[in-house]
Amino acid sequence: MTLARLEKVDMRFGGQSVLQGVDFEISPAEIVTIVGPNGSGKSTLLRLLIGAERPFAGKVWRKPGLRIGYVPQKLHIDPTLPLTVRRFLDLPNRIPEAVANEALTRAGAGLLGGRQMADLSGGQFQRVLLARALLSRPDLLILDEPTQGLDQPGSAAFYRRIAEVRAELGCAVVMVSHELHVVMAASDRVICLNGHVCCAGHPEQVASAPEYRALFGTGTQGALALYRHEHAHGHDHDHDHPHTHSHEAAE
Amino acid sequence: MTALLDDFLIRATLAGIGVALAAAPLGCFIVWRRMAYFGDATAHAAILGVALALAFNLSIMLGTLVMALAMALSVSALSGRGRAMDTLLGVLSHSALAAGLVAVSLLQGVRLDLSAYLFGDILAVGRADLAVIWGGALLVMGLIWARWSALLTATLSADLATAAGIDPRREQLIMTLALAVVVAVAIKVVGVLLIAALLIIPAAAARSFARTPEAMALIAASIGAGSAVLGMILAYHFDTPAGPSIVCVAAVAFGASALADLVRRAA
Repeated sequence: MTLARLEKVDMRFGGQSVLQGVDFEISPAEIVTIVGPNGSGKSTLLRLLIGAERPFAGKVWRKPGLRIGYVPQKLHIDPTLPLTVRRFLDLPNRIPEAVANEALTRAGAGLLGGRQMADLSGGQFQRVLLARALLSRPDLLILDEPTQGLDQPGSAAFYRRIAEVRAELGCAVVMVSHELHVVMAASDRVICLNGHVCCAGHPEQVASAPEYRALFGTGTQGALALYRHEHAHGHDHDHDHPHTHSHEAAE
Repeated sequence: MTALLDDFLIRATLAGIGVALAAAPLGCFIVWRRMAYFGDATAHAAILGVALALAFNLSIMLGTLVMALAMALSVSALSGRGRAMDTLLGVLSHSALAAGLVAVSLLQGVRLDLSAYLFGDILAVGRADLAVIWGGALLVMGLIWARWSALLTATLSADLATAAGIDPRREQLIMTLALAVVVAVAIKVVGVLLIAALLIIPAAAARSFARTPEAMALIAASIGAGSAVLGMILAYHFDTPAGPSIVCVAAVAFGASALADLVRRAA
């Protein structure tokens, strides 16, 4: 049972080839992370998945009636636009109070409803975007570099929350990230993209693949070591302090 | 005599209110989208429309509507293709004004009071004009009301809109159409050079008093309409040009708003 599929997709922007022959597939309740250097077509792949772009060649298929929740890479809300968090959730369609509160709580933004969007910190803003993506109780949650601009504990907390959301809602997750070491811990499958799919598989497999090492060079070793460290640390941490909320209160 | 005087003043004031009410919510979108020059570009194209209307013996309203529409559509078509929006708007805005002035000078045997179109001639508004202005204003307000949520979502983020099944290009087109209508009906009242002011200033002044987009649009509409009334009164008493007087009142409202914001931040 596949939720969405890309078949031999080519993508060009103004004569510049961005993706060549990309095959991609996402199954229910799976967390897939796409890694790759800048300009490797990661965001384009996500935009093809949500239908914001049409492929130059190849096919994009989505399961009929598929509910997608999308967290964009960056959303600049102009300070000239007065907008409370609660009203932001009401766009484009009014949301019942109970549904909005549930999504905000699930995303860890339960107390932010009355705040102005322009006044939120980076982490709060990301959690509100996540809450918005959860409103439709999506089958597929798509996140484009959701932790850009967050510090490392902030990113780790955010990815833990994504894993919780997946466990509660049973939705599939596709996300793009630069933070290989942090993301890998939370992923079932990693796809390394550089215009084409370089390698794919379990996080450990990909991390040791020669294609991946070639792409990320020597820096990877350090990042990987850090990943292993964080991974182990994360488990201990969860056992010691099951209440992750206490961290966010400090923000 | 007094009755007649009252009548044209009332007509002028009503015309000003109509334009202000339609311009305010539209101006909010222009401010939120950082397209302040969009109003200028569309309005400047209207001068070319006036020249063409006179050359081909068409109604001025129709000429300005067509040219404002053409300008708005070219902005929409040319945007998002590697050109920065502010540069594009700057180029089109100034080019349109220059082309319009050249076209007017080429017209043979037509004596055209250009300043009436540049600065408006609100006191010359007749009953039929008033009907057109309010018709256009109601049309624009209805359009924005009906599509408010979709327009707002597309303004926030094209991607979010697409993900919600809204076509952001269609929403931009709707905004563009509404702007062309406002420019066409407003040209007689405030004139080309001041239309953009009536779009931007009330919206900018409303910002610091509003917590939601709806409130900002309503407050902007009130400031715009209030400026129209007060501006007309001042213009009558001090014998100043009506259009610029209206804009000056709106500018004072913006000043007050900026001051209120400063005081609040300091507190």
